[in-house]
Amino acid sequence: MARDLAHLSDEALVALLARSDETALGELYDRYGRVAFGLALRMLRDETLAEDAVQEGFLAVWRTAARFVPERGKASTWILTLVHRRSVDIVRREERRRADSLELAPEPSTSAADDDAWLRFERERVQAALKQLPDPQREALELAYYGGFTQTELAERLGQPVGTIKSRMFTGLARLRELLGENEEAWSPSPSTT
Amino acid sequence: MESITVHDLTAAYALDALDADEAREYEEHLAHCARCQRELATLGGTASSLAYATEAPAPPAALRDRILATARAERTNVVPLRPRWTFSAKAITAVAACLAIGFGIWAASLSRSLESTRDARDQANRALAVVSDPTAQRVALQGASGSLVVGRSGDAALIVNRLDSAPRGKTYEAWVIQDGMPRRAGTFDGGGERSVLPLQRPVPKGARVALTVEKDGGVDAPQGRAVLSTQPV
Repeated sequence: MARDLAHLSDEALVALLARSDETALGELYDRYGRVAFGLALRMLRDETLAEDAVQEGFLAVWRTAARFVPERGKASTWILTLVHRRSVDIVRREERRRADSLELAPEPSTSAADDDAWLRFERERVQAALKQLPDPQREALELAYYGGFTQTELAERLGQPVGTIKSRMFTGLARLRELLGENEEAWSPSPSTT
Repeated sequence: MESITVHDLTAAYALDALDADEAREYEEHLAHCARCQRELATLGGTASSLAYATEAPAPPAALRDRILATARAERTNVVPLRPRWTFSAKAITAVAACLAIGFGIWAASLSRSLESTRDARDQANRALAVVSDPTAQRVALQGASGSLVVGRSGDAALIVNRLDSAPRGKTYEAWVIQDGMPRRAGTFDGGGERSVLPLQRPVPKGARVALTVEKDGGVDAPQGRAVLSTQPV
């Protein structure tokens, strides 16, 4: 049944969600559940907590679908943002911040035989772009996004003024965007044409 | 610290790197700052691309089941769109009477993905007959004034009051959605006081109907704005 929805855009699926169509939720989960789980696991380093974050995130998608505004960004961004936000809440609550979130993800392994080819491609693409950022910018992005630190905490931790941290985050994100060559289509989850 | 204006918090907000008070302050600002909305739409996408740089085993299959089961249990809590008009049996009787004396009917344009032209026309004719069938089921529309009329065989028509003409280069397209799968049910131009839109596809029990605005000629899957929808019949 989920396969029948495969031709719908993310945004069309969110519109179905707003009509309480749970098969659309299943389809969105099939598209983004794995990325979401990978993110939550990296942040929380605990499978049970990561599952909680993903579940809470997707239920927030379900509950607030009617408020999704396509003009404010893509559905995939919105979904991952909700999962990220839940993970940040949990990491701050659990105080599970680790100095090793400074490091990049472990070496890309080829062990996951069932790994989705498109996901692997995206992962390598984003990792390669991150590696090209100047260290201070990459550090700020990674500690904030994966570590769940606030800008104030980062300033204390790195011994820098908040303004410096803020500007590293902004410059880092803007540069990352350039490196990823992002246009609106670049993040389409279904690599249909081009 | 004092040099930080609220505009400058967009990147930190996109990364969820604000504390609760800062985030609230930023959101209040965001609600009426077009510049920040634009910037966030851009930076937010880039921030979430960081999610793809992570690597992990696939989540356990039970997680999917748990999420869907919880969503299903909550379904009744989801607030539906408030209907702007409440269905009245009297209005439908009036429509049926008007039909009998040749009230304007918007013939469905025939679309390539439907069965043969003749089948579609036959379906449309049966659908029109349903409108005057007093035993047909009538379901109120959400998002527009009017109703969906469904005969026992599943033949169905939408009756929509004051449906504006479709914008230039666009058309209305009806969908029969069953098990979450929308199927094309005809394209229409709309306009006038009351549009009767015969559906080119039967509406089975449990399915719902929606009308969206699509590019001329219709599309294979709904992409445009939904004008109206119904609860499952």
